[in-house]
Amino acid sequence: MLAPWLLIIPLVGALAIIFAPPHQAKWIAMGTSILTFLYSLALMPVFGVWGTAEFGLVETYPWLDRFGITIGLGADSVAMLLVLLSTFLMPLCVWGSFTAVQDRLREYYGWLLVMLAAMVGVFIATDLILFYICFEFTLVPMFFLIAIYGGENRDKASIKFFIYTFTGSLIALAGLLYVAWQYSIAAGAWNFDIPSLTAFASTMSLTEQSWILLALMAGFAVKVPLFPVHTWLPLAHTEAPTAGSVILAAVLLKLGTYGLYRFVLPMVPEAVIEYAPLIAVLSIIGILYAGLICWVQTDIKKLIAYSSVSHLGFCVLGLFALNPLGLQGSVLYMINHGLSTGALFFLIGMIYERYHTREMDHMSGLARRMPIWAFFMVFFVLASVGLPGLNGFVSEFLCLIGAFISTPDNVTHPGVLGPWYAAFAGAGMIVAAMYLLIMVGKVVFGPLKEPHHHHHHHHHHSEQKLPADLTMREIGVLVPLAVLCLVLGLYPKIATDAMSGSVNKMASIYPARVLEHIRTAEHPNSRSWETASTVEIADSAASTTETLAPETASVAADLDVLTFGRSDVFPEDRIDG
Amino acid sequence: MVDKLWFLIPEMILFAGAVIVSIMGLSPVKKVRDAVPMMTAATLAVAFVTIPFLYTDDRVARAGLLMPWVGLYIKMVICGIGILLTMLCVGLIDRRYEALIQAGRAKFDAMRVNRGEFFVFFLLSLIGVNLVCNANDLIWLFLALELASLPTYVMVAMSRPSRKAQEAAMKYFFLGAMATAIFLYGFALLYGATGTLVLTEMRIAFAEQTAQGGIGFMGLVGMILAVLGVSFKIAAAPMHFYVADVYEGAASGVSAFLAFVPKTAGMLAMILLLGTIGWQGHLEGGVGLPMPITIALVTIAALTMTLGNVGALLQKSVKRMLAYSSVAHSGYMLIGIIAGPGMGINAVLFYLTVYGLMNTAAFAVLAGLERKGQEIETLDDLAGLRMKHPKMAVAMALSSGSLLGVPPLLGFIGKLYLFIAGVMTGHIGLVVFAGLNSAISAWYYLALIGLPILRKPTPQSETIVRTPSTWPRVAAVLGAVAVVVLPIFTGALLRSTEIATMGYEDAERVELTKAE
Repeated sequence: MLAPWLLIIPLVGALAIIFAPPHQAKWIAMGTSILTFLYSLALMPVFGVWGTAEFGLVETYPWLDRFGITIGLGADSVAMLLVLLSTFLMPLCVWGSFTAVQDRLREYYGWLLVMLAAMVGVFIATDLILFYICFEFTLVPMFFLIAIYGGENRDKASIKFFIYTFTGSLIALAGLLYVAWQYSIAAGAWNFDIPSLTAFASTMSLTEQSWILLALMAGFAVKVPLFPVHTWLPLAHTEAPTAGSVILAAVLLKLGTYGLYRFVLPMVPEAVIEYAPLIAVLSIIGILYAGLICWVQTDIKKLIAYSSVSHLGFCVLGLFALNPLGLQGSVLYMINHGLSTGALFFLIGMIYERYHTREMDHMSGLARRMPIWAFFMVFFVLASVGLPGLNGFVSEFLCLIGAFISTPDNVTHPGVLGPWYAAFAGAGMIVAAMYLLIMVGKVVFGPLKEPHHHHHHHHHHSEQKLPADLTMREIGVLVPLAVLCLVLGLYPKIATDAMSGSVNKMASIYPARVLEHIRTAEHPNSRSWETASTVEIADSAASTTETLAPETASVAADLDVLTFGRSDVFPEDRIDG
Repeated sequence: MVDKLWFLIPEMILFAGAVIVSIMGLSPVKKVRDAVPMMTAATLAVAFVTIPFLYTDDRVARAGLLMPWVGLYIKMVICGIGILLTMLCVGLIDRRYEALIQAGRAKFDAMRVNRGEFFVFFLLSLIGVNLVCNANDLIWLFLALELASLPTYVMVAMSRPSRKAQEAAMKYFFLGAMATAIFLYGFALLYGATGTLVLTEMRIAFAEQTAQGGIGFMGLVGMILAVLGVSFKIAAAPMHFYVADVYEGAASGVSAFLAFVPKTAGMLAMILLLGTIGWQGHLEGGVGLPMPITIALVTIAALTMTLGNVGALLQKSVKRMLAYSSVAHSGYMLIGIIAGPGMGINAVLFYLTVYGLMNTAAFAVLAGLERKGQEIETLDDLAGLRMKHPKMAVAMALSSGSLLGVPPLLGFIGKLYLFIAGVMTGHIGLVVFAGLNSAISAWYYLALIGLPILRKPTPQSETIVRTPSTWPRVAAVLGAVAVVVLPIFTGALLRSTEIATMGYEDAERVELTKAE
């Protein structure tokens, strides 16, 4: 009974807030979120499967036996890292909202805690239905956070956000139910255990896998968001309150990429190989297109929002490189983007609290007025553009390298992308540097120009006078983020080592299949996947791997990958078939 | 015959209750008249408690019904949700007249009070649904369906002292009569096709026809007509046109009743009728209804969902919105009907309960609030509800969220089962279509969630007060709590739907082998 507390603690906190007087809400939320974070830290040594591909903290409680739906909890190292990211950020979000939110306090902090539980639930669910419930439920707190505490356009933003993601995930659900149904036919009983379903789906025919891929992408691509279904994001990000934007950027977008990592890649490898170039092209379009949009933004928050679309493009590109480097880069990117973009949203929120505007034209040279703020702004912008030494660089570089070497003739990890993909995406890095540095140049440096202080209507009551520069509280919010950015920039090994097992296992699914895909593409008439033994092909790939690249040998040798080491739940006939 | 009588005991209890209620309603003593809803609820409670003792294995085995156990589940659900619906109607009837009597401006006149009659009709309609469970021939089915429907026409007219209610009742009555004519015509053709009125015998006749190369034309036409006629009861396209006007005209409590009780009767009737053909009649040899009927049902389902959701999207009145949403939910349930025995029918039975609870909760919010004695109607009336009526705002949000199918609320679990059933039988296209429809429905359900909680009160919504009777609001809270808590117990609820369909599939297999 270890994992459930990750959900129970925040939910109890939320419940306590309902019955507490409004002015105590923030303290309860603060205490609860810190407690959750400390608890997740305490779980780190207990977790015990760092660096391996195993699931830790596995626990299963019965729920709906008739369909094999359980409350199944557990996390592999990638999921655990994302859990830590969520629990780490939440106290900062709560703390950062102390002055920004003045009204309807109980609801605000209550929803934040519910949000925390839902996000953690997504990462630690090993049952498909539980995953889906948490995944979908994250919409509800965010809907209310945007719709109650958002900016002027909050109604439109919240509804668009809800409907976009709700529609997408319903389609994904249909796809996942199809997998579960096929599984129930093959195995004779219903089961919603994610590893079992994943292993089963990966043996389906290409046609089936392609449809499933389409359904899953409908759910996850919207969440990421991938071009051309990204249009909800700028609006939602811009209108959300600061903490909402932070959570949205730092964790909610990662639910999409995590979904790609947990479901799309292992579940439908054949279809992934088939369509990886297409998805990679979409993410490159997203990188460049959103980058160019950033260039012409005058609203800083909108700029950062679009930059998320651009950045997440790298993350997706890394995933579809299908090799350990790309995958590592991608997972690392999920964490790094959460830290640096989260921090940027905090910084913009701090400006907004003081000046009630986010228009770049109205401000410049703020470094003269707010040197501490300016320091953090420059720091996180540099982290975001990928300055070596800070966190963004490592992950972006890994994603690009991953895409670069993901060529068909790569001996260890043949892929379907290549240098051209990396080149175009790399151009996105330059665009990112331009728009972010131009923004910093305008806002932070130059002659001092402070915005005219607008007295906004919905802020008029209980307005607190904030000092010109950051308060200790605000610095306290930013420092942990900055420290982590620096640590992950200088010593990314702590994160990459932790995730290596999971990532290598994921990557090891692919070499044999990619080779087979290439062979079929060359000789279209001899598509032999069905006739040739899977194991044979994988074996040959593994032996090649072993001779050529000893350091990644463990990757392909790990051949129980098709079943995630759970051959007991896997129907015999499908393995042989 | 005697065995069948056992199953009629709940109906007898309700009938006895109806007689007592009708007498109480005529009493010159106000306290006795005020106790009428309490008596109604008590009757329902007694019936509810009795039901589990009546359904024993040997009695069921000897009853010879098509779906022998279904009564156990449906009757309990009807009585349980019936109590909630009773709460919605407390203080509804004769309010103005009773006030006049209280003020001494009018004298008690047994001819003018309607409360007793109203609750008599209320109980009679519930008896009708319960009787559908026992139906084993077309005549019985027809009479039971009509008993479920006829009182509702009167209830609509009585529910509000306004012309709107009377207009609604007239529309409802005439269109209802037309629908009845259609399914009666269908029944006649079914009789012609099989030569029997008894459902279990019809099943054998159809099985024989299937074995000889397919069900005859007359049988198919008869079945499709019967299904169309019953579509009126469940408010499915193309027989859904009355819904918005009638729900809007009736008082909220009665609208909630209309959305649940006739729908349950209609769904049951549909399950029983289609059960005579069985889900093994695909000419291609697959499992499923015969192709023409499947096509008809898939069309009806798709149309019903779309017209319901798009219709709801265009409404300014909450009641009309919920009315169209009721149409849409019938569409979702039809997926289960198409999927057939096993998961499909279980999911439909499950969803009926789910829908009954969440929809009653939503209507209960409307029934619990008023402005100058008038019902609240427009969406603007809900704006900023949380300021003065926080519990009602939360109840509205929860029930709308559940209707939308937001996990982990009850409505999500219900939809999940329906979708699983649809996918299981290969109707993936229909399930995706239903998913997209749910997404459309998000637009208007979000308004119902958002208005009470997010908006500031308007001058118009400021004037809304609680109704004198607390019971509708109690029902709203109970329904909202059920929507949150029941997902934990869905396992038990689903098991009871499995018990309800016990013997249904077995019977099908037995009859088929007999026919061969």
